[in-house]
Amino acid sequence: MSDALLSLTDVVKYFPVQTGHLRRSRDMVHAVDGVSFEVRRGETLGLVGETGCGKSTLARCISRLFELTSGQIIFDGRDISRLRPRQLRPLRREMQMIFQDPYGSLNPKRRVGSIIGDPFAIHGTASGAERKRRVQEAMELVGLNPEHYNRFPSEFSGGQRQRIGVARALALRPKLIICDEPVSALDVSIQAQIINLLSDLQDQLDLTYVFIAHDLSVVRHVSDRVALMYLGKVVEIAPAEELYQHPRHPYANALLSAVPIPDPIAAAKRERIVLVGDVPSPVHPPSGCNFHPRCPKAQDRCVVEEPSLLPRFDDDELHATACHFPVADGEDLSEARPAIGVEHRIVEPDTAGAPTGLGVSVAHGSPGSPESPEPVERRRS
Amino acid sequence: MALLEVKDLYVSFSTMDGVVQAVRGVSFSVDRGQTLGIVGESGSGKSVATQTVTGLTRGAKISGQALFEGKDLLTMTQKELRSVRGAKIGMIFQDPLSSLHPYYRIGWQIVEMIHAHEPGTPKAKARARAVDLLRLVGIPQPERRIDDYPHQFSGGMRQRAMIAMAMSLNPVLLIADEPTTALDVTVQAQVLRVIERLQTEFGTAVILITHDLGVIAEVADDVVVMYAGAAMESGARDEIFYEYHHPYTEGLLRSLPAYGEERERLRPIPGQPPSLIRLPSGCPFHPRCPYVFDRCRSETPPLDPTWGGPGHRSACWLPHTKAEREAVRDRVIGEAVPS
Repeated sequence: MSDALLSLTDVVKYFPVQTGHLRRSRDMVHAVDGVSFEVRRGETLGLVGETGCGKSTLARCISRLFELTSGQIIFDGRDISRLRPRQLRPLRREMQMIFQDPYGSLNPKRRVGSIIGDPFAIHGTASGAERKRRVQEAMELVGLNPEHYNRFPSEFSGGQRQRIGVARALALRPKLIICDEPVSALDVSIQAQIINLLSDLQDQLDLTYVFIAHDLSVVRHVSDRVALMYLGKVVEIAPAEELYQHPRHPYANALLSAVPIPDPIAAAKRERIVLVGDVPSPVHPPSGCNFHPRCPKAQDRCVVEEPSLLPRFDDDELHATACHFPVADGEDLSEARPAIGVEHRIVEPDTAGAPTGLGVSVAHGSPGSPESPEPVERRRS
Repeated sequence: MALLEVKDLYVSFSTMDGVVQAVRGVSFSVDRGQTLGIVGESGSGKSVATQTVTGLTRGAKISGQALFEGKDLLTMTQKELRSVRGAKIGMIFQDPLSSLHPYYRIGWQIVEMIHAHEPGTPKAKARARAVDLLRLVGIPQPERRIDDYPHQFSGGMRQRAMIAMAMSLNPVLLIADEPTTALDVTVQAQVLRVIERLQTEFGTAVILITHDLGVIAEVADDVVVMYAGAAMESGARDEIFYEYHHPYTEGLLRSLPAYGEERERLRPIPGQPPSLIRLPSGCPFHPRCPYVFDRCRSETPPLDPTWGGPGHRSACWLPHTKAEREAVRDRVIGEAVPS
């Protein structure tokens, strides 16, 4: 894969957790914990995972809105992981972001023309009549009426506002666009319009996308390859169809089986793998494979040894999975039970009659306050 | 007799910009043990319709009937309504964090709910019931977690706590307004399973409001499709998914990225939903409809029976026989009917 536009090596981003009156920080949120992958020119890499898996943090690391804790990012042949803010400016021309919230990401007090014109002003590439022409060209490109140049964002609907966001991102003709949940806030009929727009623009302008979404059917539709994240790590990466047809990681299997299908007959036929418990706290991620407390196939090895991201079975090199006990085609996970020895159990078995009866790690709530082992009696007075 | 029967409900709000006609002549009913799915995009009136039924739309102009166990909820006094709401009709909202009071412990809030409707219940008994409820919805170690504050719960647990609270008085009807929209898919699956289990165990009727056709496909028995404040189509779930009549239903289903199919271009519905202040004349969907003809622009179509079962109705001027409707589709869209 020599034709990589973007290449990440072991990217890590920790945030300090501040606790106590002195705001001392000892704990770290492991938001992104050693992510490596490449994005080739002209492709769309989908980045999926549930809330808190670190996908948005990773996006902000790539665009260098965040400093990296460690690791390396090569963009278009240059190492951008240690650039200073001033050195970052030329980079911004080539790499842009589209955000989720079309209401929050546009300044309500400014006219659309000046919002889309900002990139030209900031980078000094066009001014006056030339800028207006370029802005209107961008508006036309995304299907907005160029005559609406002087309107305010509030005069546009959600879908149109998202188009404004796209126009602004495209203004300087970047090479890479990072789309962070670009359609999640939109209704289905409008969502399809924006997805089509993004794919047309990709063909027209030769764009490369990193497409972040939690909606797995949308990601499948737009992506060439998909990386699945869990607790700050990529657990599986593969060409989109390959991942959806032959998911290897138990988490990928569970996640895909939970996607609601808008087809009652297909939905009824499907075997559901319902995961127990919640995603553990990223402050103290579990040892070994961080999915092991919820994994139906977990064994002792998973508790102590972190699996690496490798092709499993006879998958080709594009399909890599981080799991010691990957799921074979046709394997029935709904009957699987973890086999973790007593010495490796973390928490008492779930008393709620959870289907698999495995230990549920319930560390969440306020960051930095893991479950205390004994019940705390705090009566209201 | 249906458990809840809503007839010809109209709800409008006066605003600075004009009168918002949020719900325009909607009728639906739900029986014990059944799940009614109400699906529609933002601004379709799906939430306003059910909130009106439970007396939660203040300052609105309301007409129509909502017969719950034979009594009209819309003409009840606040006092009567309070004895029904919460006790017989449980409610779950989209955002569990803003529906739970951040200063009080989860258990205290459930106990308060029990005390509000059954004042004489001894404290210990109410608390024990709260623990049972939390266990029922799958909160691990409920004896301990009952004394947690809402912020100590994850999103999925909060929503389950909301369900526990809504179920605390064994309501006969549960209204769930986008209960899983803010949740991740694995958690969504857990929550939907809890709702389903409660339904089979207690025979609760459920009205599930959502924009997600996938969720409807999984849990609903009957479906109402709403657009611009009116019902466009209603019927049994499989009729809506496989035998739909209304072009809006068709447009919604076709604009989804098909799951498990070849990647092809999506077919969105062109344009945008209309303003509820200035509705288009005739059929509200006509400006976006691929089948539009003259009559659609001038006359509003009634919700008429189609070829499906007795409940299958569609508000559209297209022919209401299957063969003719499919002929129109083939002519206009030029594609075979999905099998």
